[in-house]
Amino acid sequence: MITAHKKPFFKAKYWLYIPLLIMAAFYLLPLYIMLTTGFKGFDEVNLRTMWDLPKGLKLDNFIAAYETLAPYLWNSFNMVIPAAIISSILGSLNGFVLAKWKFPGANIIFPLILFGMFIPYQSILIPLVEFMRRINLYGGLPGLVLAHVIYGIPITTLTFRNYYASIPKDLVEAARMDGADMLKTYWYILLPISAPAFVVVLIWQFTSAWNDFLFAVVLTSPSSWPITVALNNMAGSQIIAWNVQMAGSFLAAVPTLLVYIFLGRYFLRGLMAGALKG
Amino acid sequence: MTQNKDRLLSILLVSPSILAVLVFVYGFIAWSVRVSLSEWKGLLPDYTWAGFSNYIGLFSDPRFHIDIRNTLIFTVVFVAGSLLLGLGLAILLDQGLRGEGFFRSLFLFPMAISFIVTGVVWRWLMNPAMGSRMSGLNLLFSNLGLDFLVNRWYTTPTWGIAAVALAAIWQMSGYTMALYLAGLRGVPAELREAAQVDGATEFQIYRHIIMPLLAPVTLSALIILGHISLKVFDLIIATAGKQLPLDVPAIYMWQTTFDGYFFGRGAAIGILLLLSVAVLIIPYLYSTLKSEAEI
Repeated sequence: MITAHKKPFFKAKYWLYIPLLIMAAFYLLPLYIMLTTGFKGFDEVNLRTMWDLPKGLKLDNFIAAYETLAPYLWNSFNMVIPAAIISSILGSLNGFVLAKWKFPGANIIFPLILFGMFIPYQSILIPLVEFMRRINLYGGLPGLVLAHVIYGIPITTLTFRNYYASIPKDLVEAARMDGADMLKTYWYILLPISAPAFVVVLIWQFTSAWNDFLFAVVLTSPSSWPITVALNNMAGSQIIAWNVQMAGSFLAAVPTLLVYIFLGRYFLRGLMAGALKG
Repeated sequence: MTQNKDRLLSILLVSPSILAVLVFVYGFIAWSVRVSLSEWKGLLPDYTWAGFSNYIGLFSDPRFHIDIRNTLIFTVVFVAGSLLLGLGLAILLDQGLRGEGFFRSLFLFPMAISFIVTGVVWRWLMNPAMGSRMSGLNLLFSNLGLDFLVNRWYTTPTWGIAAVALAAIWQMSGYTMALYLAGLRGVPAELREAAQVDGATEFQIYRHIIMPLLAPVTLSALIILGHISLKVFDLIIATAGKQLPLDVPAIYMWQTTFDGYFFGRGAAIGILLLLSVAVLIIPYLYSTLKSEAEI
């Protein structure tokens, strides 16, 4: 009975696929609408026939959406890539020091940093805008990159700290016995095995900066809008038809969806780190 | 000698980040507090002392009352919905069925998408038009003969915000599922097997053995989801735009500050939001870090 394990016991559970498939339909519904509407020709678009499959695969909507949104998609890439890279490097250095080199006050500093990850940004928004104005970074992409880098420090530091904490102390001790100083220990021992943590943090920062709306809408002027702000504006306008909006939504979702499809495992680890579950 | 050099270096390495967080988080919070206690209205900063008048004004402001009501409705619907759905899905996926990985990825993919995309799509799914202009989910319900489900979604008086919470559940329930699934994987197999040997039914095993073990997961999920719902902002904007019936503190802050130039009032809303989040998060951080230190 005990050794019989799961198999015979669960064989009769095929009915469990019914709720699973119903839920799968629920999660796919928005994707279905985005794609079927996107592939319809302009002549087929009618709210009454919203749920029908397209008669062919026409790209009119995607082309129209891309023509409107292309500059903003590039703004997003230009902002997200440096933001993700810089905050990963900072996170790695901080995580290393916090995990392996106890310095006085670290036990107070770490929770203080972590709290920064949960604050509602409305509570720092006015000073942030004033600060960006004063240093002349208001309105453009560099200011937005700076905001994402700084407010990304808590989560990137946490992820790297947990990763480095899981690496055996002996490894670091041995390097020190051999006369390696701190920087050498980091460079030759820890950095070469940091790739998994870098992937987690890079895609986490990529996704959250790509999906951010609040910082973007407050800190950038129209020519520097990232895709989220442009898409929201497009959806609010009466001129652009809903079928183009659906195609535009899909374009805005594709980069992070691709990251999720190909690197989902690492994405999940980032999610768990966000709940402080290492 | 190297010890001291290393210590100095390590402090040098982290100090830019620590300084940045101290300034951009704590310094800016202090600055916001100061703005919230000022008369600042209009484009130019004005730090004339106003005491707590911005806060007092908010508590007698009908718009802020709507915000509090909406936040409460949104939080209850969103948190309860995500917890129940997440737990249900996690239990389903924990039965060792084939295709588990596929379903897990499917339920979690909305987490990779922005609230803006979610909002724009759900705006059309929850199109409130009736009669010959009916579309979206209403049309689907009507075609399936489920006319009793046809409703006005986010344009429903008072409860419209619950429709937006539905879109939020779509987006975040996979996350709750992932948290629960990790919890379920941590339940020792021997416990279940021992209960089976003792003749417990599957339901009894979940009710009396597994659920109590999942209590800490529920608590974490409750806090994470709760603090997200206090901050909800872009999802509402993308679903329905800025509308008074769907207003929440985060939107009020944004609008009154950057459209209306009521900086003092905007800062006060920001600080009240921060306090409400801090009440949830500080005990959570404290207990998580304490239990980590004990291990």
